[in-house]
Amino acid sequence: MTDRIFLIVLTILGSAYAALVAALLYADVAAMDTSRLPSLFRDDDLRSALILSLTTAVVSTTLAMLLAVPAAYLLARSRFAGRGVIEFLVDVPPTLPPTVIGLSLLLLLRTGVGREVSQIIPIAYEVPGIILAQATVGTAVAIRLLRSTFEQLSPRTELLARSLGASRWFAFRKVVLPEASRGIVAAATLTWAKALGEFGPVLIVAGITRGKTEVLSTAIYLELSVGRLESALAIALVLVLIAATVTAGVRRLAPAAAGS
Amino acid sequence: MIELKNVQARMGRFELSPTTLTVKRGEQVILTGPTGCGKSTLLELIAGFAKPTAGRILLAGREVAGLNPSERGLGYVPQEPTLFRTMTVAENLGFALAARGRSKADIARRVGEIAEQLGLAELLSRSAAHLSGGEAQRTALGRALAFEPTILLLDEPFHAQDDDRRQQLRELVQSDRVARGTTILHVSHSLGDQTAEGVRKVRLRDCWKETS
Repeated sequence: MTDRIFLIVLTILGSAYAALVAALLYADVAAMDTSRLPSLFRDDDLRSALILSLTTAVVSTTLAMLLAVPAAYLLARSRFAGRGVIEFLVDVPPTLPPTVIGLSLLLLLRTGVGREVSQIIPIAYEVPGIILAQATVGTAVAIRLLRSTFEQLSPRTELLARSLGASRWFAFRKVVLPEASRGIVAAATLTWAKALGEFGPVLIVAGITRGKTEVLSTAIYLELSVGRLESALAIALVLVLIAATVTAGVRRLAPAAAGS
Repeated sequence: MIELKNVQARMGRFELSPTTLTVKRGEQVILTGPTGCGKSTLLELIAGFAKPTAGRILLAGREVAGLNPSERGLGYVPQEPTLFRTMTVAENLGFALAARGRSKADIARRVGEIAEQLGLAELLSRSAAHLSGGEAQRTALGRALAFEPTILLLDEPFHAQDDDRRQQLRELVQSDRVARGTTILHVSHSLGDQTAEGVRKVRLRDCWKETS
């Protein structure tokens, strides 16, 4: 194969997926009568779903980052007994069908501990259920992203900080976290975007109750199931807009995390 | 005092031959030897960056096996300055003092002093990520000197400096040693460092050996 043909084949295959994504976005916009968007968003139920989506995504991302930062740092830096088991366990969720995660969470809530917790904070078919479902998936995503961030930092910098008298905590707080900050912000942003669009586990754990547990991703499903295509499209456009903004932001913040 | 007793290290299939060396309190030893001979590795073993496979390391008479780097109380300037890039020059210089919980006023006073001595006074607010090689090296040296350690490990700390600056830094380290009795183990290929007054030169002969 000559260089010219190789480059042509590479360009066609390499840009095929980008073309598909562009076509999907075009299809969304073309199918929508944008003049009707404002009136659709005056609908109380959709506004409530939008607000619930944004707030639950913020809370679940905060929880996910609280768990993911220490886990990713530990996996990137430490060698200890049982490390392989922990690595395996945190790698499992992203490979599972989302509905399996939802079902497993629901079953967990029916165990003794799950019942005890549910008596204090009602989770199944309630707002905390949305947060739990989003955080369970989001934490695994955040650990993957953050682990690569921490692995890219030289351990020598940290050792040097410690040789200057810094405790592990002081070195982590003053040296590691600031150096990882762009990666952490990028991971949090992507985790938030993932939480915003989470569907399967949210549907199973929290259900879809209008004005109570309905979020944007489940609202699309609900609108389609009752034949309101325009409403479903309007919600989809909002999610697309948020995803595009987040992607642009992440590319600016941490080019490596965005894959550029 | 630094004492190495038959210290050995391993890196993959290579093993560092047993090394025995004593640097008396207040003495400055210039460690020389062919490139890749294990000089930097010896400093890393002393600083606690790596563990020896055999032998003993004593600092001021205390066995340091099992002590993490923060408990060894020494100042280490590696060959690559390895500055904290998200901090300013001033924050780098004051890092060891902040880690020891010293007051802000105390840190500012000492940082000002050391910056003046190292020609960094104009650069204090500059990000450490935007320094030249020589400036970064002087910042790394200042960071290690700022907390006045009793033991100083220097790995080619002047190699990116011009001749005048190199002489000035050499004198600064010497005067610190004389004034405070600092024990210094200094890796250098520079003839000027090796022939400086009051230093003892030790040449590493047995280097890394491939094991079967």
